[in-house]
Amino acid sequence: MATHADSLHLQAHGDHDHAHDHDHKPGFFARWFLSTNHKDIGTLYLIFAIFAGIIGGALSGFMRWELANPGMQVLPWFTKGNIDAAYHLWNVFITGHGLIMVFFMVMPAMIGGFGNWFVPIMIGAPDMAFPRMNNVSYWLTTSAFVLLLISMFVPGPAGFDGAGTGWTVYPPLSTSGHPGPAVDLAIFSLHLAGAGSILGAINFITTIFNMRAPGMTLHKMPLFVWSVLVTAFLLLLSLPVLAGAITMLLTDRNFGTTFFAPDGGGDPILYQHLFWFFGHPEVYIMILPAFGIVSQVLSTFSRKPVFGYLAMAYAMVAIGFVGFVVWAHHMFTVGLSVNTKMYFTAATMIIAVPTGIKIFSWIATMWGGKLSFETPMLWAIGFIFMFTVGGVTGVVLSNGGVDTYMHDTYYVVAHFHYVLSLGAVFGLFAGFYYWFGKMSGRNYNEFLGKLHFWIFFIGVNVLFFPMHFLGQDGMPRRIPDYPEAFHYWNHIASLGYAIMLVGMVVFFVNIIWSLLAGKKAAANPWGEGATTLEWTLSSPPPFHQFETLPDLRNMKGAH
Amino acid sequence: MASAKNHDFHILPPSPWPLLGATSAMVMLGGSVFWWHKAPWGVWVAALGLLGVLATFFFWFSDIRDEANAGDHTPVVQLHHRYGMILFIASEVMFFVAWFWAFFAAALFPSHAEAVGGVWPPKGIEVLDPFVYPLLNTLILLLSGTTITWAHHALIHGDRQGFKQGLWLTIILGVLFSCLQAYEYSHATFPFAGNIYGSTFYMATGFHGFHVIVGTIFLAVCLWRAYLGDFTPKQHFGFEAAAWYWHFVDVVWLFLFLTIYIWGSNFGAAVGAGH
Repeated sequence: MATHADSLHLQAHGDHDHAHDHDHKPGFFARWFLSTNHKDIGTLYLIFAIFAGIIGGALSGFMRWELANPGMQVLPWFTKGNIDAAYHLWNVFITGHGLIMVFFMVMPAMIGGFGNWFVPIMIGAPDMAFPRMNNVSYWLTTSAFVLLLISMFVPGPAGFDGAGTGWTVYPPLSTSGHPGPAVDLAIFSLHLAGAGSILGAINFITTIFNMRAPGMTLHKMPLFVWSVLVTAFLLLLSLPVLAGAITMLLTDRNFGTTFFAPDGGGDPILYQHLFWFFGHPEVYIMILPAFGIVSQVLSTFSRKPVFGYLAMAYAMVAIGFVGFVVWAHHMFTVGLSVNTKMYFTAATMIIAVPTGIKIFSWIATMWGGKLSFETPMLWAIGFIFMFTVGGVTGVVLSNGGVDTYMHDTYYVVAHFHYVLSLGAVFGLFAGFYYWFGKMSGRNYNEFLGKLHFWIFFIGVNVLFFPMHFLGQDGMPRRIPDYPEAFHYWNHIASLGYAIMLVGMVVFFVNIIWSLLAGKKAAANPWGEGATTLEWTLSSPPPFHQFETLPDLRNMKGAH
Repeated sequence: MASAKNHDFHILPPSPWPLLGATSAMVMLGGSVFWWHKAPWGVWVAALGLLGVLATFFFWFSDIRDEANAGDHTPVVQLHHRYGMILFIASEVMFFVAWFWAFFAAALFPSHAEAVGGVWPPKGIEVLDPFVYPLLNTLILLLSGTTITWAHHALIHGDRQGFKQGLWLTIILGVLFSCLQAYEYSHATFPFAGNIYGSTFYMATGFHGFHVIVGTIFLAVCLWRAYLGDFTPKQHFGFEAAAWYWHFVDVVWLFLFLTIYIWGSNFGAAVGAGH
């Protein structure tokens, strides 16, 4: 299919913009702290996400180190040998790891980073609809992160520091179980992060509906833009419910309301309903943009349009809709009626249909294509494999009867790490390598990129696959110590972490090497398969692209 | 901005307000936490943060006003504002869904909780009579919905005087509503703390009341701008956004009135019944 550059005559404009570039860029402080530029804000989000990911990843490192052998040998170092404090520190670590990876790594990178960078460019827009509001989303995210970090160092339960509630912050552990200020700070951290995400969602929806270049109809939009559109609606409609739920927690904790306190007529299960009404759409918020990235990457390196474009777009819409009515499958063991469990089992299984449409369409996209296996393609194919494993265990868990036995075991931990730290994160790496040259102007090192992939791929599978066995053997999640019987697979899993860590070192070496000594990136390094608009611009693109909007009315079908 | 700009979108220069606003919000919330946990400095930190948040709103919206008057708000940018406001209100609706959810979870299934005595309203709760002040407040808000529409039509037809009068009336009705709510809160016999009835009642109606106050301030800013000569018959989205927001708080009230006040008191039968 023809590339857009052929029909757009954009190159001339790109060069023209470049000549003006130096006049328009503000000084360092104004550019990076007071930004109204979608690409700069996207860069800030990516740097922030990497920084938060290092902290969140380090927390899980200590967790895997502790779990490598039975007994308590690592965390007591931090607590002067106090075992109870070490147990609580464990809870703080799992809470911090979960909240950081969800709210401060995956979401900022996917939506804030790649969404900001490429949604406007892919629809032929010069920036986001609300450039100033875009920046407040970013600074709210960083402010939220500061509050969360502070919460780890102030009193939580009597005698101990930090919020050890898990990322779900269930009462009564989060109310009477944590009288200190730590949980309040964590709650306000979520309020700020949520406010930032809601404003970001408003920004993306408005941008996508109103700022598409002439000829860029909804049904010609790249699938990554579709994925961010659906994600933004999920954010807009689910986060306010979380805000309400955690506000109830706050008033229960500080002002004597009894929303979740049975002695005052309240119900702790209410919190779980409200939380998961947000929490389930949240897992699609994390994975849908990865779907979008994988679609772009597979199409590029198969040198074919995505198979079943419309079905792919509307499968995401369907996942978004159904994602709102399946929340109680996280609560199968709280005492729901059998009828309720049957409904939530059936509704949850239905999600496998649009998800299956996506998996098979990705495979059909590669079928008969002129495949090449650059680093982003390896991550995208790895994504399909990993996400399918996580999806299949998801269908297992969706069954309320089976889940009675699996609930809160390592099987669940294995499941959601296969869809998130192997699904979402593989999507992130696919996007990172795919667009690194476009964003930085320097090519990454292909050998190091592939090395990163293979080490990471082996590492995370050694890390997470044994968790299925541990879960089936009945090992509960969220414990720092375990009986001897669980030693073998825990030890293997911890070795997997070490392998994964080596892969991450290669990743950082690659970034530093590429930024310092990488070859200058061409406008389109991927050739005929790269048909979206970002490849018509220079690498990096001009400070303000599309000062004359591209005319796409002769554009051929979608990607 | 950019000399080569050849489109109607609004490309903005760098702005200090996002950074100021977000860090101020962090200081305000962090300070509040330590205030509630009895740190003597907490309240001052929270106040400082609040000051920063309020300053951010003032300066940020001043910038938007200046940009509107400078002609930066082309038709497509105005369309952005419309989308933005509708989506913001949609998120607000979902926020209230959480409070209604909490209310119905308690009120529909009173037998699940021993502490409420198996009935709604719970045993020992002396509910407010829905057909006295709440009904009056309903009429006040509905009337304010008509006065704001009067203001809007006056503005569209170039009647600046009618525009201001309609706005004045709407604001007065809004303040009246808040005063009546405060009066009724202060005379309610059931407490905020300790019972699910007070929790759901005060938090749901309280968040609504907060939105009424915000909406009243929003309208007051529009009135101030009206005196400054802002808004034309063709371009006045700041006012329209305030009107949409006002209708939104009106509709939320109608749901509160129907569910918590009327249905939640067995259509008034529970008043004085002293369950």
